Amino acid sequence: MTPEQARLDDSLPDADADTEHYYLRLYVAGHTAKSIAAMSNLKRVCETHLAGRYDIEVIDLVQNPRLAAGDQILAVPTLVRRLPAPLKRIIGDLSNTERVLVGLDIRRKVDVS
Amino acid sequence: MTRPTAIELPKSATGIAGFDDILLGGLPAGRPTLVCGAAGCGKTLFGVTFLVNGATRFGEPGVFMSFEERAEDLAANVASLGYDLDDLVATGKLAIDHVRVERSEIEETGQYDLEGLFVRLGYAVDSVGARRVVLDTIESLFSGFTDTAILRAELRRLFAWIKDRGLTAIVTGERGEGQLTRQGLEEYISDCVILLDNRVVDQVTTRRLRVVKYRGSAHGTNEYPFLIDEGGISVLPVTSSGIERPVSEEIISAGIAGLDAMLRNGGFYRGSSILLSGVAGTGKTTIGGHFVNAACKRGERCMIFAFEEGADEICRNLRSVGLDLRQWVEAGLLRFEAARPSLYGLEMHLARMHRDLNRFDPSVVVVDPISALRGPDVEVHTTLLRMVDLLKSRGITGLFTSLRAAGSLHDGTDQAISSLMDSWIRLLDVEANGERNRVLYVIKSRGTSHSNQVREFRMTDGGIELIDPYVGPEGVLTGAARLSQEAREHAAAERRRHEIAQRGRELARRRDALERQVKELQATLDADQDEAQALLIEEQAQDAMLARNSAAIAARRGSAE
Repeated sequence: MTPEQARLDDSLPDADADTEHYYLRLYVAGHTAKSIAAMSNLKRVCETHLAGRYDIEVIDLVQNPRLAAGDQILAVPTLVRRLPAPLKRIIGDLSNTERVLVGLDIRRKVDVS
Repeated sequence: MTRPTAIELPKSATGIAGFDDILLGGLPAGRPTLVCGAAGCGKTLFGVTFLVNGATRFGEPGVFMSFEERAEDLAANVASLGYDLDDLVATGKLAIDHVRVERSEIEETGQYDLEGLFVRLGYAVDSVGARRVVLDTIESLFSGFTDTAILRAELRRLFAWIKDRGLTAIVTGERGEGQLTRQGLEEYISDCVILLDNRVVDQVTTRRLRVVKYRGSAHGTNEYPFLIDEGGISVLPVTSSGIERPVSEEIISAGIAGLDAMLRNGGFYRGSSILLSGVAGTGKTTIGGHFVNAACKRGERCMIFAFEEGADEICRNLRSVGLDLRQWVEAGLLRFEAARPSLYGLEMHLARMHRDLNRFDPSVVVVDPISALRGPDVEVHTTLLRMVDLLKSRGITGLFTSLRAAGSLHDGTDQAISSLMDSWIRLLDVEANGERNRVLYVIKSRGTSHSNQVREFRMTDGGIELIDPYVGPEGVLTGAARLSQEAREHAAAERRRHEIAQRGRELARRRDALERQVKELQATLDADQDEAQALLIEEQAQDAMLARNSAAIAARRGSAE
C-alpha cells in the first residue's frame, strides 16, 4: 500500500477522528542518546497533538530481544502506531516533528483544523 | 581476527559435495563469506544448504535471516530438495527470521541505527546456539532506508560483529553492474567471495561457480559447474587428478567370446577405457550391451549413460540379440541415465555423471555415444578428457561408443580422444558383392598383445558371434563371398575325399587279387606236399614189406637147412 492509498483508506474514519485513541509503541535498544531523545520527542508531540488520547509503551530490545522480530523492528528507535489501523512505523529519534506528524497521520488533521 | 595464524586457517565445511574440495576444506570459519550472483543462480539455496548441512552433519546450528522470502515460503521452496526446515526449527537446530523491509511503511524522522537487526540476529543466534549465519539478501535493506551512509556504517558494524562472535556467515548479494554486488558489499566482506553464475550458451544453461578470492587460503581458481536438483547442490571439481593412479591387473571379459580371444589375454584390464567407434548400424550399442551383460553376470554394478536411446528402447532392442538387460535393472545391478545431449551443457553432463557415479558407484560404465556431445571441439575434447579421467580415477572400466561419419576415414572425435583410450576397437561396414557385412578389428589395446585380424561378426539370436576369418589371396572375404569361397573349398574337399576313397577301393581290389594268387600257390604247395607225403608212406610200406619178405625168406631158408 502506498502512503497515499493508506491515507485514502483512512479518510473515512478520520471524519470523527478526534476521539480516536492512539496506541503507540516505541522500540529502543538500551539507554542511548538516541532512545532518550526519541522518548522525549515522542512525549512532546503526543502532549501537543494527542493530549489525553494516547498510550505509549516503551520496549527496550536489549531486555526483550524476542519482541524485535514480532513487529519487524530493524532500525531503532522505531515508533509503531498499533492503533488506529493501519499499522505505521516511524524510525529515528523523532526529532523531525513534521515528519512524525505525517507518519502518525496527525499532520493532515492539523491542516484541516 | 587479525592475529597471525601459523597453522592453517580454520575452516567450516559446507557439506556441499565437491565445493569443500575447491575451498580446500570449507568456508573461512568465524568470518563472513560473500556469495553473489544474478537472480536465480542459487544463492539462497547455497545458504540453506550450508545451514542444513551444518545442523544435520556438523553439529553446528544456524540462523537464516531472510530479507526476501518468508520463512514458510523458504521451507516450501527447499522441501523439494529434501530439506525439512520446519523440523530443524522445531528441534532447535535452526532459526529463521524473516526481515521484512517495506519502504512505504517506514517514515524516517531523525537519527537511527540498525540496532534492531543486531538484536534480532543476536537473539536468534543465542536461541539455537548458532555457529553459522546466512543473511539473504542483505542488500534489500538499501531499498528500505534512504540514508545509505547509515546503512553502510551499520553493515560494516554488522560484519565486524559477526567476526567478533566467531560466526561463520554467508552473505548473499545480487550481481551488480560493474561490480560483484549492487551495493558493493565486497567492500565489506573481503575474506572470501564466491561468484555464482548461470550462463546460457547456445540455448543451454550451465551453472558455474568461482571462488573469486579467499584470503589466507589456497583455493581452486577455475570456474566449476554445479548442479541443483532433487539431491541438492553438487559441485564438480573439474581439475583432473594426476595420471598416477593405482592400476588393476585384473582382466574383465568383453562379453563376446571371440572378442576376448582377439585380445589374447581374455578381455580388457579393469579400470581401462575402451573406445568403440564405427559408422551407424555397426553394432556399437549391442557390443556395449554384451559388455554390460557380462559385468552384471559377474555381479558388478553397471551404468549406461545413453544420449540417443531411452532405457526401454535399449532393453527392447538388445533383447533381439538375446540380451536381457531388464533383469539386471530389476536386480538393481544396472542403471540407465538417459538424457538428450542438448538438455544440458557439456559441463552439466559431466557434473551429473559425477553425481550419478557417486550415488550408484558402478564398476562398469558405458557412454553411448560420446559423439552425441556437441559443442566447440575444444570443449568437447576437454569434457571427454575429464569424463575419462573421472572414470579412471575411480577405477571404473569405461566403454565409450563413438559414431563416425560414414565415408570419413578418420573422425575428429576419435582422433582427439584415442590417445586417452586404452583399447580402441573399430567397427566397419564392408560393402562388396551387393551386400553389407560387419567387421571389427582391434586398433590398439594397451598392455596386451592382440590379434591383427579383421574379423567379421554377425548378430544372431544368441548375441554377437565372431566368425573365423577367411583370408585368401584376394584378401579377407566376408559374407556371401566368404560363404561361396567356403563352399568352393568344401566341394574341393569333397572331391578329394572321393578320389581317396576310389584309390582305396582300387588298392583293396589289388590286394584281393594278390591274396587270391597267394591262395592258389598255397594250394599247389599243399598238393605237392601231399604227394611227397604219399611217396614217403609208399616208400616206408615198401621198406616194411621188403623187411617182412626178407625175414620170411630167412625163416624159410632156416627151416630148409
